[in-house]
Amino acid sequence: MTNEYAVEMRDVVKRFITPEGNELAAVDHVTMQIRNGEFFSMLGSSGCGKTTSLRMIAGFEWPTEGEVYIEGKPMGHTPPFQRKVNTVFQNYALFQHMTVFENIAFGLEMEGAEKDEIQKRVKHALEMVQLTGMERRRPKQLSGGQQQRVAVARSLVKVPDVLLLDEPLGALDLKLRKEMQLELKALQQQLGITFIYVTHDQEEALTMSDRIAVMSKGKVQQIGTPVEIYERPANRFVADFIGESNFFEGTIKSLSKDEAVVHIPALNADVTALPVSNGLANKDEVVVSIRPEKVRISEKNSMNVNMFQGKVSNTVYIGTDTHVYLDVNGAKLKVYEQNRISRLDPKSFYEVGQDVWLMLMPENTLVLKKD
Amino acid sequence: MFQRLRENKSAQGTLLALPTMVWMMALLIIPLLLTLVISFGRRSPDGGVIYSFSLENYLRLLGYSTDCENGASACFNSLYVQILWRSLTLAFNTTVLVILMAYPLAYFIARAQPKRRNTFLFLVLIPLWTNFVIRVYAWMMLLRKEGAINLIIGQVAHLLHIPFQPLELLYTPGAVLVGMVYEFLPFMILPIYTSLEKIDTSLYEAAADLGANAVKTFLRVTLPLSMPGVVAGTILVFIPVMGTFIVSDILGGRQVILVGNLIQRQFLDARDPTFGSAASLILMVLTLIVTYFYTRKFGFGEEIVVA
Repeated sequence: MTNEYAVEMRDVVKRFITPEGNELAAVDHVTMQIRNGEFFSMLGSSGCGKTTSLRMIAGFEWPTEGEVYIEGKPMGHTPPFQRKVNTVFQNYALFQHMTVFENIAFGLEMEGAEKDEIQKRVKHALEMVQLTGMERRRPKQLSGGQQQRVAVARSLVKVPDVLLLDEPLGALDLKLRKEMQLELKALQQQLGITFIYVTHDQEEALTMSDRIAVMSKGKVQQIGTPVEIYERPANRFVADFIGESNFFEGTIKSLSKDEAVVHIPALNADVTALPVSNGLANKDEVVVSIRPEKVRISEKNSMNVNMFQGKVSNTVYIGTDTHVYLDVNGAKLKVYEQNRISRLDPKSFYEVGQDVWLMLMPENTLVLKKD
Repeated sequence: MFQRLRENKSAQGTLLALPTMVWMMALLIIPLLLTLVISFGRRSPDGGVIYSFSLENYLRLLGYSTDCENGASACFNSLYVQILWRSLTLAFNTTVLVILMAYPLAYFIARAQPKRRNTFLFLVLIPLWTNFVIRVYAWMMLLRKEGAINLIIGQVAHLLHIPFQPLELLYTPGAVLVGMVYEFLPFMILPIYTSLEKIDTSLYEAAADLGANAVKTFLRVTLPLSMPGVVAGTILVFIPVMGTFIVSDILGGRQVILVGNLIQRQFLDARDPTFGSAASLILMVLTLIVTYFYTRKFGFGEEIVVA
């Protein structure tokens, strides 16, 4: 491991011709550096280019422009079987005509490994995914979760530099998915292999990843740690895609390094907020974003700035939180209040129609580019 | 009564199978039993059947003969064994050739763009619109001395100033083989195509991902997963080739007599239904044995369900 980056995509473009004959850039000038030993996720909805990016790293597709580097070496048109990366497919792609043992041994046989060596390594791989004793079963005789483990073992037995995972948990039910998330993460930490993980599930990405690339329409919107992505989204798309947010459109009235004043017509007021997106300028049309759990509700006006009077329009009790929907001068706002105290009295909750004050703390209120 | 039928699934099944069961009983099982009875009988001088229990017909087929030289009372006559062997080898050769020709084509169609596949399958089926016998006759036109093939070779030879004698193509074992391969090719292409088409392309990618090049991917993944198609095709080709007599009759003449021709002649020319029945049953048993061992080795082509 001499290179800092396990995988690098430099200005990669992948164009397809659609069935209608139009040209479509599935991946549009994507640059990213994935560090050795990192759990890196590509997150986005379908059609955002995440799977195509992964397939270009695997070698199933070749870039139209730009270059993919693995361990510092440009891949060009290197076929998949000559790359030190392995893929766990979305549908597992297990060989149904082979037993579990044969499936896992396949990659080693292709390397020309000795019989004893294969025995030993397959056994070890099965232990790693806790499937010892299943050697003779056929994939069809296994549950979805077990098939998933076979697919992981089949790839890991080759000891790749990088393991690529294409929505590997998509077909599993929620409970099993959460278990497997933790298991995969533990496996990755234990082995120290770079994992590149494609998912559309933001919670999954936040749970597992060291860093996340949020993608949309073939472009990278932001690369960062889960905390960075959630707390300092690069733009409105990221703030909207990861978690939930209240958005207000407005115009920057004044701007310094760590404070911006934005006029918001919907609130008919100026809001002091934290400039977050790169390249903001005075008089820019921007969006102000605040997460529902970061809005504070109080009975009286306790601050001079960023306080707004609103009316409770609805409340929803969901156990951990109570969601409070508010109306502020006609603008809608949602607030998640954590239920920190065990209580039954309905009077202790906000009531519909109640007048309250809302506090938007400047450090929680982010100024973002519109896209 | 209807109420009870609605609740009884197995009775529903029986009811649905009934028409076919009656049909099979009347037109397959009963005739087959009749054939069995007749095969043990003797031919009467006027071409009828004298019912008895005689193994004479079977012994004759296996080479026992009373019509001997040197006045011997019994001797070995290999004629019928030869015919059976010829049928068996021809069916085998036809099947192998058909597999070799059908597989690449089926593969090509299965990997073609989905929109084009139907066109190609349509083209494969077009010959089946023409009557079987007419297609065989067409081959006669091609293969005979004054036929298209000899004509073309003759013209080329003439241009090159090479002396040319028309080739004896018709009425040879080769002509029968060509005819058989031609007739049965679609029956191999379709099942192989179906099983190839079912293979998820991510399996090819998985194989490549795990280090297999194109050849290894084919041998270790594509071929095993398409075996159900090959097996089904083999059953669809081998069995009819064993029994058919039209191709050998038209393209083989008196030179290439197969067990199908033998049976036909016993019933229509020699008027010996007892011997014809025995030959039919031997053919059936032979086909069953081959199919039994084949399917025991490869299955009926259904065990592997491709994901």
